[in-house]
Amino acid sequence: MRFVDEYRDPVAARRVLARIRDLAAGDRHYKFMEVCGGHTHTIYRHGIEHVLPQNVELVHGPGCPVCVIPMGRIDDAIAVAETPGVIFTSFGDMMRVPGGHGTLLEAKARGADVRFVYSPLDALKIAVDNPERQVVFFAVGFETTAPSTAVTLLKARDNAVMNFSVFSNHVTIVPPIKAILDSPDLRLDGFLGPGHVSTVVGNHPYRFVSAEYGLPLVTAGFEPLDILHAIAMLLAQISEGRCEIENQYTRIVRDEGNPRALELLAEVFELRPHFEWRGLGFIAQSALKLRAELAPWDAELRYAVPGVRVADPKACQCGEVLKGVIKPWECKVFGTACTPETPIGTCMVSSEGACAAYYNFGRLHREAAVTLGRASA
Amino acid sequence: MCLGIPGQLVELSADNDQLARVDVAGVRRMINIGLLEDETLEPGDWVLIHVGFAMSKIDEAEAAAALASLMLMGSGLDDEVALMRGTAG
Repeated sequence: MRFVDEYRDPVAARRVLARIRDLAAGDRHYKFMEVCGGHTHTIYRHGIEHVLPQNVELVHGPGCPVCVIPMGRIDDAIAVAETPGVIFTSFGDMMRVPGGHGTLLEAKARGADVRFVYSPLDALKIAVDNPERQVVFFAVGFETTAPSTAVTLLKARDNAVMNFSVFSNHVTIVPPIKAILDSPDLRLDGFLGPGHVSTVVGNHPYRFVSAEYGLPLVTAGFEPLDILHAIAMLLAQISEGRCEIENQYTRIVRDEGNPRALELLAEVFELRPHFEWRGLGFIAQSALKLRAELAPWDAELRYAVPGVRVADPKACQCGEVLKGVIKPWECKVFGTACTPETPIGTCMVSSEGACAAYYNFGRLHREAAVTLGRASA
Repeated sequence: MCLGIPGQLVELSADNDQLARVDVAGVRRMINIGLLEDETLEPGDWVLIHVGFAMSKIDEAEAAAALASLMLMGSGLDDEVALMRGTAG
């Protein structure tokens, strides 16, 4: 493919790796968290961990929207889906996530009308086409998908589609970063900031990372060279005694984000006082609910959701994986009881989850390491 | 879902300025371009699409790299493109 080579150029990779080695020379150990599941994928897929100096460690963060939804919310979704007359619509990723009472796929097998959709607009169309049925959309995701839900809700309101509602589980990216910084479990030296979420929120919301916690953050793209370049930028900041919010992914991310999308989010959603995240517990003002003006389209008001908190299975360590405290392979059930075919935890379900990424690409790991290692020799 | 998929604009809708037809890995469907109202968009341009909405305008090189990465991610891209096909407008 014509353009891809410039992002995977071994000569450029060698140059950046040499710079990383220079900057990380010495005894100090550096621990950087990549917030976004997409970055985790690039890192495993290309064996980046193997070409970094041993004292530069990457830990995986909470940036996988499917992974952070707690089991109780899945049970709530299933309760709505099993309400007579309801057509329940969801992104495919959520269908196999286990709650305390099984998965949406199992609810579908029991007879609930659960349908995959690609876009919230597809769910709205199902509502328009089935006026005698109630259609509920299971909204998940960070600021990358929340604006789409917002547009869809405004369309439902403007066209008075009254048999449509949204079960909102949208979450925001900044509070979990703050929660991780406040957690005593982990000492970090900096962050690789999420790429696509930042196209919406911009770089300004991350300022507290440097201002209040004295750590650098570099928003990064998804190519192997992007990741390496961002790591070099983090190390350069540390060696020069700086801590700033920098943007490696200027090809797409603007400091101000997407103002139109942010405006729509503010028009449709408000922050919940608190929301439970898998592994991170309850985080204040970290999730979005519909504003009162949109109450007629709010599934949480329309249906009796149980709202019961369900503890994760004892064997499952998704929480520790999401906080970067352990690596996927350090989980007791990884690859044995918990596989992509029969996942116990969310991190194994989503293609953006750290465990699924490691499971799928672990075998290719060494081969990739050899290739890149040769390039950097 | 959280990772955008690159698509190339084929035509802008004549009767709705929020809509455009795109080509994503060979599948054509209507997407919403209302979130890019500050950009000038024309056929041939590339955009990054999240759940049926264009969220950023990108250049061709970025599109090619993003598509190659998504293909390496395995089933994720196939699933999304299959869903797009199922609901192609």
